[in-house]
Amino acid sequence: MKLLKLVPDNTNIDFMRWRKVAIVITMSLAVASLIFTAYRGLNLGIDFVGGQVVQAEFEKPVDIEELRGNVARLGLADASIQEFGSPTTFQIRLPIPDGDEGAANKVVSDLRAGLEQAYPGVDVGSGQSVSGNVSEELAMDGALSLLFAMIGIATYIWFRFEWQFGVGALATLFHDISLLLGFFAWTQLQVDLNIVAAFLTVVGYTLNDTVVIYDRIRENLRKYRKMGIVELINFSLNETLSRTITTSVALLLAIGALLLLGPEVIFGLTIAIFLGLFIGTYSSIYISAPILVMTGVTPDSFVHDDAPAVGPARPGGAA
Amino acid sequence: MLDFPRWKVLSIWGIILFGILLSIPSLMPKQMAEEQYPGFLPSARISLGLDLAGGSYLLLEADEPDAAKQRLQAMEDTIQTELRRNEPRVRIGDVSTSDGRVSFMVRDPAQVDEAVERLRAITQPVALTGRRDWDVAVVDSTRVTVTPTEEGARAAISDAMTVARDVVRRRIDPSGTKEITVRTSGEKRVEVMVPGVEDPEALKDLIGQTARLEFKLVDMSADPALVAQGRAPAGSEVLPMADGTASIAVQRRVMVSGDQLVDAKQAFDQDGNPTVSITFNAAGARRFGRVTQENVNKPFAIILDGQVLSAPNINEPILGGQAQIMGNFTVDSANQLAIALSSGKLPVKLNVIEERTVSADLGKDSIEKGVLASVVATALVLLYMLVTYGRFGVYANMALVVNAFLILGVMAVFNASLTLPGIAGFVLTIGAAVDANVLINERIREEQRRGRKTLDAIESGYKEASTAIFDANITNTIAAVIMLYFGSGPIRGFAVVLLIGIITSVYTAVNFTRMLVGLWVRKARPKTLEI
Repeated sequence: MKLLKLVPDNTNIDFMRWRKVAIVITMSLAVASLIFTAYRGLNLGIDFVGGQVVQAEFEKPVDIEELRGNVARLGLADASIQEFGSPTTFQIRLPIPDGDEGAANKVVSDLRAGLEQAYPGVDVGSGQSVSGNVSEELAMDGALSLLFAMIGIATYIWFRFEWQFGVGALATLFHDISLLLGFFAWTQLQVDLNIVAAFLTVVGYTLNDTVVIYDRIRENLRKYRKMGIVELINFSLNETLSRTITTSVALLLAIGALLLLGPEVIFGLTIAIFLGLFIGTYSSIYISAPILVMTGVTPDSFVHDDAPAVGPARPGGAA
Repeated sequence: MLDFPRWKVLSIWGIILFGILLSIPSLMPKQMAEEQYPGFLPSARISLGLDLAGGSYLLLEADEPDAAKQRLQAMEDTIQTELRRNEPRVRIGDVSTSDGRVSFMVRDPAQVDEAVERLRAITQPVALTGRRDWDVAVVDSTRVTVTPTEEGARAAISDAMTVARDVVRRRIDPSGTKEITVRTSGEKRVEVMVPGVEDPEALKDLIGQTARLEFKLVDMSADPALVAQGRAPAGSEVLPMADGTASIAVQRRVMVSGDQLVDAKQAFDQDGNPTVSITFNAAGARRFGRVTQENVNKPFAIILDGQVLSAPNINEPILGGQAQIMGNFTVDSANQLAIALSSGKLPVKLNVIEERTVSADLGKDSIEKGVLASVVATALVLLYMLVTYGRFGVYANMALVVNAFLILGVMAVFNASLTLPGIAGFVLTIGAAVDANVLINERIREEQRRGRKTLDAIESGYKEASTAIFDANITNTIAAVIMLYFGSGPIRGFAVVLLIGIITSVYTAVNFTRMLVGLWVRKARPKTLEI
């Protein structure tokens, strides 16, 4: 059987040749998308701003404008209506009215009664309601978990490698998360708790790629003490290229299946991971590696690791 | 490295078979797992999250102002009982509450110290804080104030939540047979998960009633004009009627309270109107009998959660310990009240602050699509591994399949529930488990290209790849642990699967495949490797 090889043996691509162009272009893009996100804002779901959402399943496809009109006629002018996966299912979002629980319940039961009258056979089964306090907590927890995950992982890499690698990992994360945020600001896809989980996954897998490449760079730094850093990084990237491509393809196959066949409810989560895979594969090559050149990693950065064999350890180790 | 002694081979197979065994109950239909699966085998199953099974999730929070108010009221009663009735009596003026503290005058200045000492004696220390639950102080030489401390208020809420949790459970599931989850969350919250319920309104109605039932005498001396303005004579208070029609003045003193109930049932009166029939315990029955005996031909207010349900006349003494509550009930509302009363009153009012309901249809749709996507994703990955690595791909695939079973088995043991984000996490773990094998196999290819002999190439492939596998999985573990710690709901469901998957995938990818490769190499003694 002839085995599949996506990357031929002895591939030697000069990745680092375009490192300056690449890092300038995509880092500017990342910053721009962060500014764009701040300017345009994210479409935050009720998880983070509070409110109520009900899902209505109709027997026949319903015209969204007509549905809007019908809902507005119920006195629920603030409702926002979205198609949800199919033309027979819609998501209706309402703010939580002032006043106590009773008021909120009444809005939903009014909506249910009104819809049932206008569209016999409609099923208003699922719904969520999140109060202002809880949504603030959820938003806080989400932001904190993202922040701590980034800091935690970068710190780990700093301890396992050298500070330059930690900086590289942080820069890579900043790049990837900013671009993803920009995507969500641009498409106005709803950001809920699932999306936070997706972001955390992207954080994990971006760093997975980065760590594998860093691991090889470290190994080669010890092996080839005389090689120039740019050449050495190129060499390491090419050595790991086959693994990078093979793993990314396997992950894309898995996530692609989930994206195309999986339930509508997790579309946001899967699309974020899908995009994150592309961004992460790119950034582990063009952001994490060039940062090492910029911060001046040299073979001496690891000299203290095998100190007794080579001679007296240099204090501090890092350049 | 590739030499596997018999005991090692056996123990690896043992662990894997055990894992598969753990996953079997979760893969069978529920009924079959319960009835036909042999009892001596592990029977824990993965439960489905509400987003897949359909059902309602409610997060309830204690109404702190209400709790504080209730505590102050109880303190007023305690002070009166302690100082006015217990010997030696302390002569005090009206006990009143303002600005969140209870205060009263001591008539005889010589008794101030006595009053303070007696009250201090009934305050309790709050565990681990070094403070007591109330501060007793003297102001203006004869006025005593009793102020709740923050520690005391928090401890009271926390105690109340434990009781509230049990009351909520009894109300939703009086027979104790449903698979519901009710648990406290933090200091002042209760989480309720009820699979299958599609009408959260009924659920909220059940929990929404505090069900504090009190019987008080109507104050007939009150001037109707003043009552309409909301003013009542000393010792009485004005309460609204439950139907909102009017207000009524009742004596502050509670004659009998719902605490002394043993049972409540929905019933009908002579005219066929729904009522709630209640039965008192022995002490309650005696008291109820005495009070009604002393107050024949006077109206008696039945008060629920601060609203007067009705104020019927006492026609004759009620001695049997049985009474009927009349109000404008429907059969449903009478039934709800009966459940609420017999499950006990909530020690504190609970507000719904988060609610999620998923209809069973939507849940079913999600499972079907999720399972289909998982199967297709796994099949694609298996095929890809096979065409990329040949024999080594087969080993990787065996590890992947075993890994999937292990994840299910471990989840079942920990009683983790599978949620929608969990399915995504599952698919992702399958994808990621591949990475460890890819790292190893790519490394073997490389070592072979460098001219190493077969056995040597395999050995250094496993050895050199291991640091990258270790570091990469630690980073993912950090992300998963942080999700688990900070995350809520969906994030946790995702993180649990991810974390279990990381551990099982490293085990299967490194140990299991190495054993398979090792056994093959020893038997076949290949000259070249097809990889």
